[in-house]
Amino acid sequence: MKAELRIKNHPILEFKKEKILKFKFEEKDYEGYEGETIAVALHASGVKVLGRSEVKNRPRGFYCAIGNCSSCLMIVNGEPNVRTCVVQLEEGMKIERQEGKGELLWKL
Amino acid sequence: METVELLIIGAGPAGLCAAISAVSSGAKVMLVDRNDTLGGQLIKQTHMFFGSEKQYAATRGTDITKILLAEIEKYKENIKIYKNTTALGMYEDGVVTLARNDKYIKVKPKAIIVATGASEKVLAFPNNDLPGIYGAGAVQTLMNVYGVKPGNKVLMVGAGNIGLIVSYQLMQAGVKVEAIIDAAPEIGGYLVHASKIRRLGVPIYTSHIVKEAIGLDYLEKAVLIEVDEKWQKVRGTEKEIDVDVMCISVGLTPLTELLMQKGCEVKYVPELGGLVPTRNENYETSIDNIFVAGDVSGVEEASAAMVEGYLAGLCAADKIGFRHDDFKKLKKDYIEQLHSLRAGPESDKIRGGIAKIERRAQDV
Repeated sequence: MKAELRIKNHPILEFKKEKILKFKFEEKDYEGYEGETIAVALHASGVKVLGRSEVKNRPRGFYCAIGNCSSCLMIVNGEPNVRTCVVQLEEGMKIERQEGKGELLWKL
Repeated sequence: METVELLIIGAGPAGLCAAISAVSSGAKVMLVDRNDTLGGQLIKQTHMFFGSEKQYAATRGTDITKILLAEIEKYKENIKIYKNTTALGMYEDGVVTLARNDKYIKVKPKAIIVATGASEKVLAFPNNDLPGIYGAGAVQTLMNVYGVKPGNKVLMVGAGNIGLIVSYQLMQAGVKVEAIIDAAPEIGGYLVHASKIRRLGVPIYTSHIVKEAIGLDYLEKAVLIEVDEKWQKVRGTEKEIDVDVMCISVGLTPLTELLMQKGCEVKYVPELGGLVPTRNENYETSIDNIFVAGDVSGVEEASAAMVEGYLAGLCAADKIGFRHDDFKKLKKDYIEQLHSLRAGPESDKIRGGIAKIERRAQDV
């Protein structure tokens, strides 16, 4: 699954994939490329379910991929509600599926 | 509080052109965009544009971005560009609040051009929230910006231009498009695109809808069903197809939240994608010095968005005291370009929609 989703030959476009970044998803090791968003790196690794809905616990994947729809919210380095479709992947990130609304890190 | 002459929210095709137009009139501009890259959705449009030379016809969207950014570069001392900056609110006293890299910024511009674009619509059917069901723009972003396929077997829902173009792009990326469906009895997009796709062996089923999506944690199958001339399901016509991706290409809806918060008049105009602001021929809304351009003022194509941007930028700069030397000539030219882009019979709907939102022309 991992290898076959990355486009190798394209008639018009060229994709620069240079630096590999290592990250953890649900405590397992994964790899993506610098310049990719978190959701893209996960998708390319075969991860489609990014979280679970608040009320009915339905699986959630991304939908718009441009930061509008909130379907891709995940917990990144402990911080909930990160729009993973627009946030760039970084080396060593710890990414988890979010269930429901997530807990705020700070309190009023 | 930062002082700003003209604030432009959104650096897609409309916002970039508005910025170019306003600075070349002599105004100082602050251009903000919530993304890390400028160009908005142009950056994933690998197809060549229609329209005329003035709207960069026969140039790919990805290359148009480079042309516009090179133009912006020429005026860089008069354009302050804030990337990764989200406009949070527009208030009664004229203040606009921005979040930039977790910092909260307040600005008070003399005029604002809202060019926030549009967001993808969803479609109602059982299990429409399963992962694997993505907006057409999302699929374009994934393949054309990041070089990752959305999956292996795709059902395209919607045979308008976007549905047809994205289907072709999926094939270019090596993805199998199992079928394209549309609820309407006829293909909505240009027949030149449809024929190209049919010749590559992809069936286009008109008068078909999604009855349901099937899958436990993600999409595994889609069930299609025919509809009759009254849009009712025809029992016994179900078709089940194995797909891991469903691409929803049923149009966009303007991102008008900021305008509504500010109190600009909006109307529900389905031809333009939903709630859209009313505006005059200068693209100024019901509130003085608040202008709009691009999809937020009614969903069309990027070609129209660029011309609207040039026009709104020209008029907004003029409104705050910076009249371009060729103001009258340029304004006439932009208005004529918009007329010609919307001239064909396929633009009947757009013209009808615009008639509903255009306020009486002002004397300029």
